[in-house]
This record gives sequence, structure tokens and C-alpha cells, in this order.
Amino acid sequence: MNDFQPKLALGPILYYWPLDTILDFYERMAETPVDIIYLGETVCSKRKLLRTQDWLTLAEKLAQTGKEVVLSTLTLLEADSELKTLRRLCEQKDFLVEANDMAAVHLLEGSAFVTGPSVNIYNSRTLKRLADFGLRRWVLPIELSRDTLADMQANRPDGVETEVFVYGRLPLAYSARCFTARAHNLPKDDCQYRCLDYPDGLTLSSQDNKPFLTLNGIQTQSARSCNLLNALPEMKKMGVDILRISPQSKHTEKVINIFHRGLEEPESVTEGMKRLQALMPMGACDGYWYGRAGMEAEVKDRI
Amino acid sequence: MELVCPAGNLPSLKAAVDNGANAVYMGFRDDTNARHFAGLNFTIAKMEQGIRYAHERNARVFLAINTYPQPNGFLRWQQAVDNAAELGVDALIVADIGVLDYACERHPDLARHLSVQASATNYEAINFYHEHFGIRRVVLPRVLSLSQVKHVVENSPVAIEVFGFGSLCVMVEGRCLLSSYATGDSPNTFGACSPASAVEWRETPQGLETHLGGVLIDIRGEGESAGYPTLCKGRFNVGKETYYAIEEPTSLNTIEMLPELKAAGISAIKIEGRQRSPSYIAQVARVWRAALDASEQNPNSYKPEASWLSELSKVSEGTQTTLGAYHRPWQ
Repeated sequence: MNDFQPKLALGPILYYWPLDTILDFYERMAETPVDIIYLGETVCSKRKLLRTQDWLTLAEKLAQTGKEVVLSTLTLLEADSELKTLRRLCEQKDFLVEANDMAAVHLLEGSAFVTGPSVNIYNSRTLKRLADFGLRRWVLPIELSRDTLADMQANRPDGVETEVFVYGRLPLAYSARCFTARAHNLPKDDCQYRCLDYPDGLTLSSQDNKPFLTLNGIQTQSARSCNLLNALPEMKKMGVDILRISPQSKHTEKVINIFHRGLEEPESVTEGMKRLQALMPMGACDGYWYGRAGMEAEVKDRI
Repeated sequence: MELVCPAGNLPSLKAAVDNGANAVYMGFRDDTNARHFAGLNFTIAKMEQGIRYAHERNARVFLAINTYPQPNGFLRWQQAVDNAAELGVDALIVADIGVLDYACERHPDLARHLSVQASATNYEAINFYHEHFGIRRVVLPRVLSLSQVKHVVENSPVAIEVFGFGSLCVMVEGRCLLSSYATGDSPNTFGACSPASAVEWRETPQGLETHLGGVLIDIRGEGESAGYPTLCKGRFNVGKETYYAIEEPTSLNTIEMLPELKAAGISAIKIEGRQRSPSYIAQVARVWRAALDASEQNPNSYKPEASWLSELSKVSEGTQTTLGAYHRPWQ
């Protein structure tokens, strides 16, 4: 067990960045110690600076650098055009696919697939049933705690890997409505791609000016970044296979390196926690992991 | 189209049935359902009475077991399914795959509806639940436009139920964690959004502040009515503006669209509001019964009566109503 070392994964980019920024970002990510890279648009089908074929080309390029590439799919599927894109991704056989909706699970049945954090796997019976359909890896839903994970791990089906979202702003909700467009008094149909102006989303604060949420098009995220660096030792003990880091516009390499070092040298975690403080746009939270309100911070030090 | 009304307790159930509901839906008094509020819902004994009352008057009874159990609570959900079967409800309304799987295995003949909390917004997702868990009906999330709803109906192997009236979730149901982010409890895990125990009001010189989980979610000035403080219906700062950044406190009302919903192939209209009073349920059921009857009789000349609209707007949250996602600009 001492030799067991979780892998590091880079989640899909949740924001809308300019084309060159995305390509440059992944060129740099290829140089980092992440083992797995999730690629694709999971939030809004209007974000088309990279088309499906472009994502596939990028996937091939990254795979050649030795990274495991997984194709992530859209979370909220409404239009037929969105199902069409989904089918194309699910039909290709070169890369594993991350399902973020039951539609994708349905299309992927019978072959190996991954479920992302928005697929509701809250208990062992659900995990087992999806494993029967081909589930090979699941991401723990965002709001579940370490206690629930421990129970799930105890009854985990053979051949299923567990991934935990350990760093980044938490994806909390999805809507048919676009809140970024709304903030600019624009209809969603004519959003003018305002998401491009907010590489880390648009901050929503309470009226006493405390950052609370982040508007990212149709997705709502936490304002604080989830940071579970100091939970790495217990995750190792629990047999968590993969740790997911969610991209942000700046410092993603530094974040990856801190987590990588945290795995290699557990004593570096204290210093790593300090360094991460400076890299998070609005501070940290870790409440969900400890079974508390998600926005709570530094729960470990208080329990 | 069937009129499906909420029943938070026995008096509400009777009010719904007496005023023309074709079916009522309800839940047990715990976190196995998505309206887990203090003082609401049914004990087994009350449920027996309610089912008898409804069945004697040709109304059907659906039971919502539509939250997501975690391993340490799973037995409670199993027990709820067994109790529902024993009681003889007409259908279960379920979201979780584990619970669906259990119900299929133990009570294969008990009809299963897919809850709105399962977030099935497209026909591929519906096909998944139909093929593997034999669902007979699905309740659509309140995020689809009318043309999207039509498209789902055309490609769906099962009957489709949509929300017609009541509180409006702007987020896809079953995938919204805003409440647990602020309070620790969400509809998925606890069966309530923005739970009352996490709400705190403070009188200040600026107005009445509402805090949820310690977060200031709104300040109401004099004369502004204060509805239930749901997190997504608060006023926040974005950029330099303070406004309803996510959603205004409005209610969904699709009464003017009944002929279109019928033409789209919708099987049932659901009224939200198990937490509302029996008199509210009676009033809303009565108006919707009249509207459904009128729209069935004369779909081409159907127009909602002014008196229905004023009755409904009187009881609506925020006293404003919207067509929600059915109305394209809303999206």
C-alpha cells in the first residue's frame, strides 16, 4: 500500500478561452507531470473556437506526448445538434470518453467509459449498476464527503477507478439560462461570446461584497477554489486512484507541481498549502470533503 | 392531459382531489423525498387514508422517493420503496439509479416514473432509463423550450410530464449544489433547497437582510415583499450592478400554453408546491381543472380567462409569473 501512488489528472477547461490561449495552454500542460488530460467543451455548445475535429486533433497530439487523453462531453444536452456532437465523440474508438450526462452513458454502454462529477453516483448500488454497463472510472460527485467515499470504496466493483476533484473552482450548477449574457443584458441567443472576457469566470458577490459564486455562462461555480492538498495522505490510504486539478487561467503548472510534490514528498504539503494560497483567485474551500457546507474553509484545522 | 397536483399533507390531498386533480403526488416524512420540510409529508397511517380517499374518487397517487441516498442511508430508501409497494401507490417517482434498480428487482410491477431530479433533458437519457429501468413516464426539467420539449416527446418511448405552475428552478434539477455549497444540505442529499434552519433574518437600517448559511443573499427595503429566501432568487453584486443575478422571484405559469402542450404530445401537467397550504392547492387545482377542460373542449379558441390569471397571480411567488424556458427570450 505504501507504494500506491495516485495519478494526477487535469480536468477539462471549464471557461471559454481564445483559440491560441487554449493551444498554448495544452502545449505547456504536455510538459507537466499530469498523467491524464481531459479535453473538450463541457459547459456550452456555443463555444466553438475548437470544433469537434480540432479537439480530436489536439487529443492525438497530446497522446503522442505520453499523456492519457480522455474526451469530455457536454453536461446539459438540450438541442439535437448537441446530441449529434455527443454521438460523434462516443462513436470514436481512439480515446476514452467522459460522460457528463446519462445520454452519454447510454451511447457508451458496452464499452469502457468514465463519468464526470455531474453524473450522480451517490451510492454503491448505482456504482455497481453503471460498472455493469462499462464504467471504468468515476469522479466523486462534488458535494459528497470523505465518509461517503470511504463507504463507496469498501464496495467498489473490480476494475473501477475512483477520481476526486481536488483543486479548482467547483462546478455547482447548470442552467438553460446564461448568467454571463444576463449580466450584460444580452439574450443567450446573442451572447456575443462575453465568456471570452472572463478567463476565470465572472465573480458574483453578496451585497456586503464577499465573493460567493462565479458565473461561467450557463454554469455556476464556487468563487473559492476547492483545495484538498492536505487531504492527500488520507486519499492515498483510501485508495483514490486519480486526483483531478481543474484548469485556471494562471498558475495551473504551479498548482500541478505542488500536488505532484505533495504526492512524492508528503512533508511538502504544509509549504504547498501556503504557496497555493497565493495562486487561488478568491481563496480556498474544502467543506464538502469533511461533510460540511462546501464553501467552508480549512475545516481540517477545526475538527 | 392529466392534472398532477402536490399533496404535502392529508388536507392538501383532499383539496387537490376535490378540486379536480387526476393524480396527486406526495412523500414520506424524511429525506427520501425532495420536499423534506418540517411538519410536511405523510406518516404511513396518513398515507393509507390519503390513498383510500384518492382511489375512491378515481384519482391516482404517486409517491416521490426522489433524492439520492448515500451508502449509510440506503436502507431507508429501500424501506420507503417497500412501504410504497405495500401501501398500493400507483407509481413511484424516482431519481437515483440505485433506488430504481432496487425497485425493479423487488417490485417489478410497481410503475416507475423518472423524477425531475434525475435531470433527463434529452431523449437519449430517457432511453437509458427506459431500457434499463422500465420507466413509464419522465418529468422534464424546467429548462427546455417548447420546441425542445416537442422534440423530446417525438423521440421518447415513454409519456412526458411537464411542470405547469409553481416555483421555478432556473438550474437543472438534480444538478444544482448551490444550497449545499452555502448550507451543507442540498435537494440531492437532504431533500431541501436553502433549508429553513440555515436562514437568518436581520433588521438593519438598510432593510431586512436575509442570510443563508451566513451568506447575505438579499436586502429588502420597505414595501418589498419577502418570499421564501431561495439562494438563486437573491440579489447579488456582479460588476457594478446589484440585481437578481440568477433569477427573479417569479413563478412558472404555462396556463396560456395548454393547447400547444397538448399538441406537443404532453401526457401530464404537474403543479409544484407540496409545501403550500391546502387552500392554495384547492385554488390552483380548481383553476387548472377549468383551464384543462376548456383547452380540451376548444383547443383552437382557448384563451385563459382573466379571473384564472388573477387568481393564480395572487398566489404566485413574487406575484409575477413567467413562461420560463418555454419562452425563448428567457433562455
